[in-house]
Amino acid sequence: MSEVNNQRRAFLKTSLGAAAVAIAPGMLLFDMAHGSTEPVSGKVRWGMLIDTNQCKPGCDECVTACNTENGLSGGKLPTDSQWIRKIEIKDISTGRQTSLPMMCQHCEHPPCVDVCPTAASFKRADGIVLVDRHRCIGCRYCMMACPYKARSFVHEPIHDQNPDVPRGKGTVEGCSMCVHRIDEGLQPACATSCPNKAILFGDLNDPTSPIAQKLRVVASTQVRADLKLNTGIRYQGL
Amino acid sequence: MRLIALLLLFWCIPSVWATQSTPYKLDIGRGGQCVKDPQWMRKNHMQLLKHQRDEAVRKGARDNKISLKTCVECHASLKDNSVIARDDSFCVACHRYEAVKLDCFECHSGVRKSYWLKRNAK
Repeated sequence: MSEVNNQRRAFLKTSLGAAAVAIAPGMLLFDMAHGSTEPVSGKVRWGMLIDTNQCKPGCDECVTACNTENGLSGGKLPTDSQWIRKIEIKDISTGRQTSLPMMCQHCEHPPCVDVCPTAASFKRADGIVLVDRHRCIGCRYCMMACPYKARSFVHEPIHDQNPDVPRGKGTVEGCSMCVHRIDEGLQPACATSCPNKAILFGDLNDPTSPIAQKLRVVASTQVRADLKLNTGIRYQGL
Repeated sequence: MRLIALLLLFWCIPSVWATQSTPYKLDIGRGGQCVKDPQWMRKNHMQLLKHQRDEAVRKGARDNKISLKTCVECHASLKDNSVIARDDSFCVACHRYEAVKLDCFECHSGVRKSYWLKRNAK
């Protein structure tokens, strides 16, 4: 009798062990891959420093990475969504050419938020300016208000979205600074994809972060600083 | 006496049948219970999803346990990895029976993230 029981115990032990081994990695990955249940902190302010000296004319790796990450078509028609675009500018008097990516500047005082009639356009506590598509009625006031032309309207039905990036017809959208990646502790897709490391992403409020340290020593500009929007995206060498 | 017994039998059969199955075909995918019991979820899942969506979008508090993505991860069909692909898919079957329009999936993906990632991996 006792022998039978021992066999049974041994069997139960091994099968439990096998089950734990089979399930544990999945559970761990599942827990790690998701963000915190706590609201994001207002002490953080996410931003980017874009070094235009490192940004190569003709290179659009950041645009491609953004399109892939967020499921954009990559088209450049007025009716296609573009969250980030490359622009080339030239100083006529000197002939100096500069290449830079332009996207939502994640302002501290965003005009898009001021004009939104449904409070769909909002700034998250950590400084990321987003569209709450549950509230957006597609009026496009924010697109008119934005000095950077950073937002797009979705004209056609969308299928097979990235499960992390819901997008839909009839709403306005724009660069979310890859908020789903930030909440998982990753960097935005454009910053990780840049072959010349021209995009430095980090916390502007943390004096020890690489971006804050670099901002302390190099000259940087905000695009349309005259509007006093205090943008989260800064440019170096502009 | 036999008549009463027969009547009782007829009276009991539908109630037993009703508790054991739904009036429509439903593919519950992997199924299981992780938030609350099924009856509670049938009645209140929309409140949870609405609460979670505002917390997640506006505050960044992503409660993974009650997120739509996690629901889909378990309840998507094991055949096609979707909660909306067929008439008996998890979300569609019930919503069609109750005649409640389901528009989450005009923007949100209705397929398992793990499957989507595998399919879109380069």
